Amino acid sequence: MSQPATKPVPVPDEISAPFFAGTREGKLMLQHCTACGTWSFPVRERCPHCFAAKLEWRQSSGRGTLYTFTIMHQVMNPGFASSVPYNVAQVDLEEGVRMVSNVVGIDNKALRVGMKLEAVFEVAGEDVRIPKFRPVAG
Amino acid sequence: MANQPKGAIVGLGVTPMGKIYGRRAVDFAAEAIALALDDAGLTKADIDGLLINANIPGDMDVRSQMVLGFENLTLVNVMSAYGSTAGSMMQYACMAIREGLVKTVVLVYADAPLTPSRGAGQSYAGPHRFPLGGMAGLRAAYGDFGANPAYAMAARRHMHLYGTTEDHFGIIAVGQRKWAQMSPWAQMKAPMTMEDHHNSRWIAEPLRLFDCCLVSNGAVALIVTSTERARDLKQPSVNVLGYAQCAPGDNLSTARHPAVETGAKRSGEMAFRMAGITRDDIGTCQLYDCYTYTVLVTLEDYGFCPKGEGGPFVADGKLGPGGALPTNTGGGQLSGYYMWAFTPLSEAVVQARGQGGERQVPRNDFVLVSGNGGILNYHSTMILSPHASG
Repeated sequence: MSQPATKPVPVPDEISAPFFAGTREGKLMLQHCTACGTWSFPVRERCPHCFAAKLEWRQSSGRGTLYTFTIMHQVMNPGFASSVPYNVAQVDLEEGVRMVSNVVGIDNKALRVGMKLEAVFEVAGEDVRIPKFRPVAG
Repeated sequence: MANQPKGAIVGLGVTPMGKIYGRRAVDFAAEAIALALDDAGLTKADIDGLLINANIPGDMDVRSQMVLGFENLTLVNVMSAYGSTAGSMMQYACMAIREGLVKTVVLVYADAPLTPSRGAGQSYAGPHRFPLGGMAGLRAAYGDFGANPAYAMAARRHMHLYGTTEDHFGIIAVGQRKWAQMSPWAQMKAPMTMEDHHNSRWIAEPLRLFDCCLVSNGAVALIVTSTERARDLKQPSVNVLGYAQCAPGDNLSTARHPAVETGAKRSGEMAFRMAGITRDDIGTCQLYDCYTYTVLVTLEDYGFCPKGEGGPFVADGKLGPGGALPTNTGGGQLSGYYMWAFTPLSEAVVQARGQGGERQVPRNDFVLVSGNGGILNYHSTMILSPHASG
């Protein structure tokens, strides 16, 4: 299926490479501080909580709740022209990290703050997959 | 030295605003500065300090000093805390004046992102360069562009927690449009009803077009000097009695709840203490209004009503003309002009001087001004007054 414009595809850089390597394997990899035990996102070199440079990559549960969301109607990028209205969500992961993402597998009208979600990994471009979230059944 | 003015605003210049094409930001800046100098009864040679609010396109850089033809400045800088910057600039100018580093400082915001061929949203936050590296690219891949989605999500959270409604947002927009109709500088003059608000198109649910600020080509300049020097100048001086900042932290930390508490709380408490006044002394608010929601949450955090009750608080129209708490009396950024915190600051100067004409508020002894930048990440508060103390 050809499209007149495509959505932007993230280009992994050095520091985010482990994140995107994880998504390719269907894993949500996040940084975890071995000094203070907290998780953080997006990527950085030092823990934003204790400032130790002891962040290691660990797999997140991928489970979380819908903190809030919006339904975007405005087309800010031609790649989304055929996608509006689409949702943009903030998802609070069990690990204590808030991610911006999209919720998939549900009608926008059925989205509810607080609903349980889990990560899925969608193809965004050649060799790039990105985490999205879907409602947990039941 | 509590309760002593930190400095005085002696000049104000506001250019024509809106869809004025073919002019550069720096040329708008020059016009605003010329207007402010005339207003103050000063000449360019009297200026020894220049503070520039960095704009999004980045063309208002430090080289603007040369385009504007200033010489021998002893204070110059480009400052950025996005929409909060005017408060930071005021602090820096007043501190430098009191420290003896400089005597008379121009503060300027100028921007010209609008072009005839693009919509306002595209002009302001549209795609500039793709692909984006790393995590910035991830945000774009989700369709999260500009500030609209994040503020919409904060507004949604507020609605979820407190039952805030579209009517609560709407009454703010309608009230400010009424004010705009009385301001010579405002871009949007057509009457707006609550029905008009509810029928305006969605931008990012729950925010509609009329919940969102304008985008403007134009400039605002202010001239700040010592309270002593201000006495000899042309205009009634407007004293800066209190100012403070608060940057509460990363809005994407799970420890942060932007819908629940913004930097208005802490910076407001600090500024009130510095000015030696309380909320009850405030006769008019000039609040940063990138969105209707922002006005509501800022009023809560300044303590005008309990947390979560901003909706019912504004529902009687008290922010509009004739209301108990006249707010954004020039139409704000929703209906007046979008010059970041120079919008509320410029209107605060008008009101503190008593020069508001038919929109002049009855109580102008103390005017509260807020700035807000990023996604509720940076906040500034200023308290202005025609009086020399609180």
